Amino acid sequence: METIVIIGNGIAGVTAARHIRKLSNKRIIIISAETDFFFSRTALMYVYMGHMEFEHIKPYEDWFWAKNRIELVRGYVTKVDPDKKELLVDSTRVLPYDKLIIATGSKPNKFGWPGQDLHGVQGLYSKQDLDLLELNAPNKEVCKRAVIVGGGLIGIEMAEMLRSRDIPVTFLVREENFWDVVLPVGEAKMLNEHILEHHIDLRLSTNLVEILADDNGKVRAVTTDSGDTIDCNLVGLTPGVSPNVDFLQNSNIELGRGVKVNRFLETNLHGIYAIGDCAEQHEPIGNRRPIEAVWYTGRMMGETVAQTICGNRTEYKPGHWFNSAKFLDIEYQTYGWVFNTRGRKEYEEHFHWRHPIEKICMTLAFHKENRQFLGINTFGIRMRHEIFDRWLTENRTVEYIVEHLIDANFDPEFYKNYEAEITKAFNESYGTQIKNRKKDLRRVFSVGRPSAQ
Amino acid sequence: MNSYERSMALTGEPPKSLLKGQKFATVTGMAGLFILLLALFNVEFPNKALWLTLSIALIFSGVFWFSRAAYSNRHKGIKNDGVWFKSISSRGMWGWVSGIALTGFYIVLYFYPEYLGLVKNGSNNGIIGFFDPLSRFLSGNPASQWFVYGTLYTVAILGFGVKFIWKYRHNRYEVIRTFSVMFFQTAFAFIIPEIMARLNGNIPYYDLKNIWPLNYYNFERYRINGFIDAGDIGMAMLIFGILSIFVITPILTYRFGKRWYCSWVCGCGGLAETAGDPFRHLSDKKLSAWKVERWVVHSVVVFVTLMTTAVIYSYLGNDNSKYWLTKSSFLISVIVLLTSIFIWVMAFKRDQLKKDAQYGAIGYFIIIMALVGLHYFSGDGQIFLFKSETLRKSYGFLIGSIFSGVIGTGFYPIFGNRVWCRFGCPMAAILGFQQRLFSRFRITTNGGQCISCGNCSTYCEMGIDVRAYAQKGENIVRSSCVGCGICSAVCPRGVLKLENGPRQGRIDSNQVLLGNDVDLIELVNRNS
Repeated sequence: METIVIIGNGIAGVTAARHIRKLSNKRIIIISAETDFFFSRTALMYVYMGHMEFEHIKPYEDWFWAKNRIELVRGYVTKVDPDKKELLVDSTRVLPYDKLIIATGSKPNKFGWPGQDLHGVQGLYSKQDLDLLELNAPNKEVCKRAVIVGGGLIGIEMAEMLRSRDIPVTFLVREENFWDVVLPVGEAKMLNEHILEHHIDLRLSTNLVEILADDNGKVRAVTTDSGDTIDCNLVGLTPGVSPNVDFLQNSNIELGRGVKVNRFLETNLHGIYAIGDCAEQHEPIGNRRPIEAVWYTGRMMGETVAQTICGNRTEYKPGHWFNSAKFLDIEYQTYGWVFNTRGRKEYEEHFHWRHPIEKICMTLAFHKENRQFLGINTFGIRMRHEIFDRWLTENRTVEYIVEHLIDANFDPEFYKNYEAEITKAFNESYGTQIKNRKKDLRRVFSVGRPSAQ
Repeated sequence: MNSYERSMALTGEPPKSLLKGQKFATVTGMAGLFILLLALFNVEFPNKALWLTLSIALIFSGVFWFSRAAYSNRHKGIKNDGVWFKSISSRGMWGWVSGIALTGFYIVLYFYPEYLGLVKNGSNNGIIGFFDPLSRFLSGNPASQWFVYGTLYTVAILGFGVKFIWKYRHNRYEVIRTFSVMFFQTAFAFIIPEIMARLNGNIPYYDLKNIWPLNYYNFERYRINGFIDAGDIGMAMLIFGILSIFVITPILTYRFGKRWYCSWVCGCGGLAETAGDPFRHLSDKKLSAWKVERWVVHSVVVFVTLMTTAVIYSYLGNDNSKYWLTKSSFLISVIVLLTSIFIWVMAFKRDQLKKDAQYGAIGYFIIIMALVGLHYFSGDGQIFLFKSETLRKSYGFLIGSIFSGVIGTGFYPIFGNRVWCRFGCPMAAILGFQQRLFSRFRITTNGGQCISCGNCSTYCEMGIDVRAYAQKGENIVRSSCVGCGICSAVCPRGVLKLENGPRQGRIDSNQVLLGNDVDLIELVNRNS
């Protein structure tokens, strides 16, 4: 019987294991140094905030693994020997494999700041980071102020977590607006306002210079490039992540920033695959980045590699891009491609609508010339994934999207709808005469005869 | 490995404590309860009506003030910070104290009302006497333990309903739904029956929204006689009671799912959704709990069906010249009804039931038929194997009192707020059966957006592992779902939506995560 060893028990590795089990009877071993059982990394914040206990963020009960004959090994892989087809675990145990899947995820970036290894300086990625945060910032008496460095998704999550325990937070963001490396400026500005509303001391266009220690080697304060010294007991470093592949140096597996893979998620060595955050495509797929550190892509790669390992050699073909996040109280979803101000293609036009009072907004990206719809960002309005996926596949025009927008609305029942306002603003901007369609359940659920359109 | 799972606050203080306003509000509310406690110990109040009003006003303003302090100056959105750190909502000391206090109250209420001041032939004293003025004002009669309970129940739904609305003020589904349960409790369960009693003393006390089999005593002899004696209006109520279960309920459940009742109308649901809201995450989500749930709740349905059949049977006559409905015609119609439902399900809906559900259905059907048949073919004698009176009494004791009251509500802070609805309520089971097999309602999963965080499962009061479906991209069509909408509210990624739609494709178990290109989806489907 073939032995499949998976390094890493995150969403990519676990999805691969589950699908290999569905498709075959192979022996499956998952190794993790982090936790005994799979948990949802994106939910760690809710444990600190008291919304859930750690038990709740484990998607499967503990008996699930034995029942599905997925063996779990707790340990750190120190060396991979592709010639002997062996792993060395914790520098002591040898574990042979027939096929190897590398799914080791990411590690937080550190950019060589003075003082970045002091006590009280940490990132937020692993279960261990969460445990450390409970020690560093259990409450506002122990942690009188926290400084967070890095204006991305983990940074704002960490700010929200600390605020849930009333800990004052200063948030240093390198960019002019929060997350404007990804978002168009109108949306980024709305988020600036929302961050301030939550009493987070947001400092834009500000960089960390140095982290200062007290006599015990603990964080005392930070200095910034605007000349301020900010007293604090915790520094959260959240300037992104990079692939966690250091243990593969000298293994003959080809590395770039991550593990180099082809479209079949195969590395340069036969029988070794890489999936999830740690995999790096030789060539980017469409508009995607070569390394995608996103929950959903990890899951899709896991499904794909399972097919390949079980005899259906399958290309990784991610469909239309989608993602989502929550910024404090504002939910964000995106389908297709909406680029920020700098990354925007020359043919890409944006229509931006923002509610006059509420923190709700939307950006539609479309092709200037042929009016083809390219993508949507929505804040505070939920959208139906299936509908946008269909519209992107059908190459609909932006006018068609505006006309049928109600079909894609996924807000809970009785919520106020804004399609009329959005259409009015669109008509005023582009001199069109679009009238909103009424919601059609048959179109939404695509049952019965397809609609005339 | 989980040495840090509990809060690691080294200072010993939980990272969540009450705000100053909340502390004063708690004192205010407790003062209101203290007046009731004094009344319980027979302290003679000079002007009962005034003191009762004061007591209820204090309770109301306490809850109101508490909610205001908790939510009013916070940004609107999900308010679950520190839920698992607070003693009351995480089975800590205050959770157990309140659980035991509530349980004790229910035991006294059901079995020792004399301790509350109920006096059989004479004027009440204690807390029941304290409520006499209000009862006389509404219905003209002195209060009973049930009047006291009904009043406090309504006060709880209204007070904590306001709190819930404040907490979820960003979510119109929750706001409208909560207004609905507050309205139905106040009007239908509390005021209308009292006023009807005043207008026409002969009408049996009837909460029109309380439908058989939740209202398991609705077709007992004394009530049927009461309805008939009250003339046309009584007959109308009796017919409404029968139509409720056989016509109105199936139609509404088909259109909206069982939520129209369980989380919009029902009084038990109303209390669970308002006063019980802080405990919703305490429900057990384990697979083992689900197995227990299915057997227990469906056994209650069988029990109540047998019991009601036996009770009605026991007071019907044998002679069809006196009254059209006789013992035998009644039994035959029960058999015909149950058989046709059973055959319909097995013929048309069989594929939607898992193997063990099929075995369960067949098993129960055989039991009922055997008991009914045993009697029918053995001629006159005992009703089934038991006396109908024994059945009725044990149902009333085990299910009506112990399960729905003592365990169902008393244990809110320990087992969560829907223990009764999930494990015990036969009405919920019947509606759930319809919802599962014959309804337009579903919770739609939004393509591939789920990140398996677990907020939905954690905050599901019915203990449904919502995430298990959502992370596979499957819609959630579960008989136990009461449609409270909280899973959708707490989802950080906008994945879940409660909606009614075409039945085609409602349970789409082959749906694979959107995001992969089409050929992979086909491949996975082909292989699974």
